Amino acid sequence: MTDIQDPTRVQLPPPNKRPDAAFFGASAGAGFIIAALVAFIGIFLLVTAIPSLRKNTVNFLTSTQWQVGEGDLAFGIAGMLWTTALSSVVAMVLAVPISVGVALLITQYAPRVLGNTVGFLVDLLAAVPSVVYGLWGAAILAPAVQPFAQWLQDNLGWFPLFAPGLASSGSVFVASIVLAIMIIPIVTAISRDVFEQTPRDHIEAALALGATKWEVVQTAVLPYGRSGVIAASMLGLGRALGETIAVMLILSTTNDTSINFSLFAGGETFASKIANNAAEFDSATKTGAYVAAGLVLFVVTFAVNAVARVIAAGGKARS
Amino acid sequence: MSLSKERNDVTMTRLAKLAALAAVGTLSLTACGGGTTVTTTAATSAATSTSTAATLACPTGKLVGGGSTAQKLAMETLTSNYAAECGNKATIEYSGTGSGAGIKDFYNGQIDFAGSDSALKSEPNKDNVIETDKVEARCSAPGWNLPLVVSPVAFAYNLTGVDALTLTPAVIADIFNGRITAWNDTAIAALNSGVTLPDTKISPFFRSDESGTSENMQKYLAASAPTNWTAEPAKTWEGTAGEGKKGTQGVADGVKGVEGGFGYIEWKSATDSQLGIAAIDNGDGAVELNADSVGKSLLAAEAAGSGNDLAIKLKYTDLGAGAYPAVMVTYTIVCSTGLAADQTAVLQDFLTYVVDPDTQAGMVDLGYAPLPEELRAKVATAVAAIK
Repeated sequence: MTDIQDPTRVQLPPPNKRPDAAFFGASAGAGFIIAALVAFIGIFLLVTAIPSLRKNTVNFLTSTQWQVGEGDLAFGIAGMLWTTALSSVVAMVLAVPISVGVALLITQYAPRVLGNTVGFLVDLLAAVPSVVYGLWGAAILAPAVQPFAQWLQDNLGWFPLFAPGLASSGSVFVASIVLAIMIIPIVTAISRDVFEQTPRDHIEAALALGATKWEVVQTAVLPYGRSGVIAASMLGLGRALGETIAVMLILSTTNDTSINFSLFAGGETFASKIANNAAEFDSATKTGAYVAAGLVLFVVTFAVNAVARVIAAGGKARS
Repeated sequence: MSLSKERNDVTMTRLAKLAALAAVGTLSLTACGGGTTVTTTAATSAATSTSTAATLACPTGKLVGGGSTAQKLAMETLTSNYAAECGNKATIEYSGTGSGAGIKDFYNGQIDFAGSDSALKSEPNKDNVIETDKVEARCSAPGWNLPLVVSPVAFAYNLTGVDALTLTPAVIADIFNGRITAWNDTAIAALNSGVTLPDTKISPFFRSDESGTSENMQKYLAASAPTNWTAEPAKTWEGTAGEGKKGTQGVADGVKGVEGGFGYIEWKSATDSQLGIAAIDNGDGAVELNADSVGKSLLAAEAAGSGNDLAIKLKYTDLGAGAYPAVMVTYTIVCSTGLAADQTAVLQDFLTYVVDPDTQAGMVDLGYAPLPEELRAKVATAVAAIK
């Protein structure tokens, strides 16, 4: 008991505090820059949008009108909000099962070499520029899925989501599929990381109880990774909400002022509408109207990412 | 053998589609006019083969212009041909930033001339900016609107087995507002006796981005069919039916992709996409779209400016026989005086090249119509008067 060394007798060189302080300063500065950037973007959006919002003659949140040229300003975001939410959520619904499947294959089933190859291929998907996804989606994917889309409209048209829509294939349906492909890499990468960290003990305990491979995944891997997968899905959703060029190249717009709930209708997302009209921002009030729409997207994306963080943090606390 | 050839063909069409879309993609942020990459090269080679009669001074200097995307293809070709004629002595750049941005950059002194789908406005806009005043302040002299690039708009259709089609502005307005929905509608059949019209659904396509083309076509419809087209003409398309596509090439691809498709697109896009172009009956019989018929409707236009400000106001009714009314005139907006001497020299020389009869005649290959002689002479006088 008494042979514990007295810690004060360990000889250490005199501490040099300067590098420490310098590094702290550098990292605190980096953190501050990020916070300031977000704040400045938020302030810019608000300052540009408020004058136009004041002149708006209809309800900004519930109207589907978009009249920002000549005459009185009348603009609302309801239509865009629906199209943005629908395309992103459908994309998430399509992407998450595939991503989880791929992540399980890589971490639990496939031999290391095969797993690495598949992982590499999925990462490659993330390297494809979004304009290429847009071109591919509009020129090749859209005609290819059109027969299936037509079948859904003919046979399940009574269901509002599958109601008959556009004549062409530039529908939310095609945009969602392309968005799904675009978010698969991000959801897969995070899910894979989470599954890889499943404690060896949990897996071996399940195996010791005679569990099959699937039962191991079911009882040990998935419960452990659940919060991580949910956080990954939300990050994917955030990505899909803001995707611009690919959606713009695919989607047909409509001048119908009522919201069409069908997947096979056209429409515009926040991002695609802003990008589509950016060339003609010739007056401050008009620009302000588009910036106001951008502000809503900023807030929505912010909220989705915040929720993802909270879920991810909650998961860590439990495990 | 035949199988592999077929495969090849399939790949080729896909590649062609991709190329067309790629063109939309690259122009996408601004696309108002434009065409495909393929057309640019074809057009360039066609236009370079024409020799020029005008004597050019070929001064050295640098000139930057920008604005309307409807005349982007014309400006790109004209500037590169001018440079070739002059042995690259002067550099002239034109960027398709959109008409509004072009005018703004021009009166803010960032560019030396602007391209615009509409003449400078003398009434205050929503931000209380009066364009003519702003330009006068920049140049210390009035700005001139010079009509140089004439862009006819085609009403293009995709209907197998129908080679000729005649429409009236009233019918076009009704199609775009969803009141006429089938190709064998009695209103269309009445205009096309002897043509077998299928009962295909009409799928109208319009521009989803704001554009001068949409504004001009709505002006035309509102003037010639006021009871059928009641929406106020604006850069955004106000028709209630159909679906919007980005850029003129996007609309062309949309029409091409759906049997029964119908849309308004620039002439070049319609011919490149091998779509049918409807003849228009404005009350004096069906008129096809060609350089002559477009020239006739330009000659009927009224002068909106005075002196060398050659802004014109197109007439859409009572044009007389043989005039094709769906035309967009885009302007080159310049300082009548006030640029630096070396820049004025380059501008004047370049515009002299553009209004040359031979250059104008070559515009047809690019999908634009040449200026009718009377108007061309006036523009040439104005160009010579720039100080």
